Amino acid sequence: MPAFFDKMKNSLLKTQVWKSMFRHGYEDSPRNRYLQVLDNVWLHLHPTRIPRHGAYIRFTWCMGGITFLLFLVTAVTGVLLMFYYRPTAEYAYNDMKYLEFDVPFGMFLRNMHRWAAHGMVIAVWLHMFRVFLTGSYKPPREFNWVVGVILLTTTLLLSFTGYLLPWDQLSIWAVTVGTNMARAAPLLGHEGPFGPELGMKPDNDMRFVLLGGTQVGPPTLLRFYVLHCVFFPLFLAIFIGVHFWRVRKDGGISGPL
Amino acid sequence: MENLWLIIGKADNVPIVMMIPLFAYYSWLAFKQATANDRLIADGKYSELQEEGKDRIFTWPLLTRNEFLCAILIMVILTVWSVALDAPLEQPANPAKTPNPSKAPWYFLGLQEMLVYFDPWLAGVVFPTLIIVGLMAIPYIDKNPKGNGYYTWQQRKFAISTFVFGFFALWLMMTFVGTFLRGPGWNFFMPWDRWDPHKVVAMTNVDLHQFFGIRSSLAAFFFGGFVVTAYFSLGALFYYWKRNAEFFKKMGPVRCGILIFLFLSMISLPIKMILRWTFNVKYIWVTPWFNI
Repeated sequence: MPAFFDKMKNSLLKTQVWKSMFRHGYEDSPRNRYLQVLDNVWLHLHPTRIPRHGAYIRFTWCMGGITFLLFLVTAVTGVLLMFYYRPTAEYAYNDMKYLEFDVPFGMFLRNMHRWAAHGMVIAVWLHMFRVFLTGSYKPPREFNWVVGVILLTTTLLLSFTGYLLPWDQLSIWAVTVGTNMARAAPLLGHEGPFGPELGMKPDNDMRFVLLGGTQVGPPTLLRFYVLHCVFFPLFLAIFIGVHFWRVRKDGGISGPL
Repeated sequence: MENLWLIIGKADNVPIVMMIPLFAYYSWLAFKQATANDRLIADGKYSELQEEGKDRIFTWPLLTRNEFLCAILIMVILTVWSVALDAPLEQPANPAKTPNPSKAPWYFLGLQEMLVYFDPWLAGVVFPTLIIVGLMAIPYIDKNPKGNGYYTWQQRKFAISTFVFGFFALWLMMTFVGTFLRGPGWNFFMPWDRWDPHKVVAMTNVDLHQFFGIRSSLAAFFFGGFVVTAYFSLGALFYYWKRNAEFFKKMGPVRCGILIFLFLSMISLPIKMILRWTFNVKYIWVTPWFNI
């Protein structure tokens, strides 16, 4: 029997279709170890060889990777949730109930989306903590730290905009508390320092722009939905690209100079 | 105590509870490696550390294997978590019914807690901006070339203690207080207290100028302005006094100015907390446009 499978495997590996997809063999040779990374679009983010400590989990804590993984989880579960969710005040809450009781694995999907998002916030904080403690922001990696802070802020904003979407008491009031800060913004809020002097009123200040109204209402739901599903994920994805690219360009993982 | 269990049991607060062992574990892990490296450096064996850093290994399979195992472990944890615990869903949104207390999402509760000590324009706008800008400024302010790429404590005492103070003692601690110890009316409740919505708290807060018997608002304006200006001028004086110290000389006046400003802004929070707890001070500087 094993001989039969070996034969099958060997003839499969020789087909033009297979060879067109995977350009190298599987023999464990140094050359193939290089090619395994170089020839793979997902793995080629890595250098082919890394400093020894780069593979130590006690050094990296794997936190950047975990953050990225959790982002991918939220992206996949988020797209699936979008099939069942309508961002209008009439339907949003009912769709949550629909997900919970009618959609197969709907509750599991929503749980996974939420817990991955919470996990992402923790992982990104731990990643920052690790990068700080190893001094990895020092030259030549200064700018990548700045990109990292942008990613951290975007992660929080993504989580915050998503918080409103269930359209229940928890979400509407949490977002009310959060966005109330905008009316106290200096110059741009109607209760902020010098805001009224500049003509800021409840219906034309920064908070109004954010909410699409004078209180958290249906227009806010739509705004936060678009920000949550389109703008911030794209923004984050772009800066993730920059972040990863810069890791390579700035000399790979940091190590004792 | 049952109240505390209720808050801890809230599905959305699970991440905060998880953070305690996680941050404790990783701090210990970092500290352990930092002490080991410091000992190595103290013995004059820094080159050993460098040698190890120069040693190159194959990404495939040595790194990809770890990444893969890590991903599996996280997915298992996430799956179990998602099966065991349901995401919260309360009553439908009702703008006419304000819950007491109304709380922001857990990762912003540190900021909401800051509202006790500072007005919204500071706690909700200026300080978050300063935190973000301050974090971004770290690599440009920190001119210490040592400790680049390895754990150490001895070589970066100021940088690490400042960061850890801001992150743990301020940000995370405030998040915990905001989540677990703040009840109806944003009043303070000990974990064993029942959250009594009718709790009466005497409003005994006074502004700083009232301590000095200043009554007129114009005098109060100048007094508060003087105190705030003096506070930041102390930083400038400190720089002038220490300008020839190795630490400041290496950084130059612009970096020093930014560092001292950010540092004093950060320290103003614990200062104001202590003033509130001990002297019931509400505002330092009262003006018709803003209060600090």
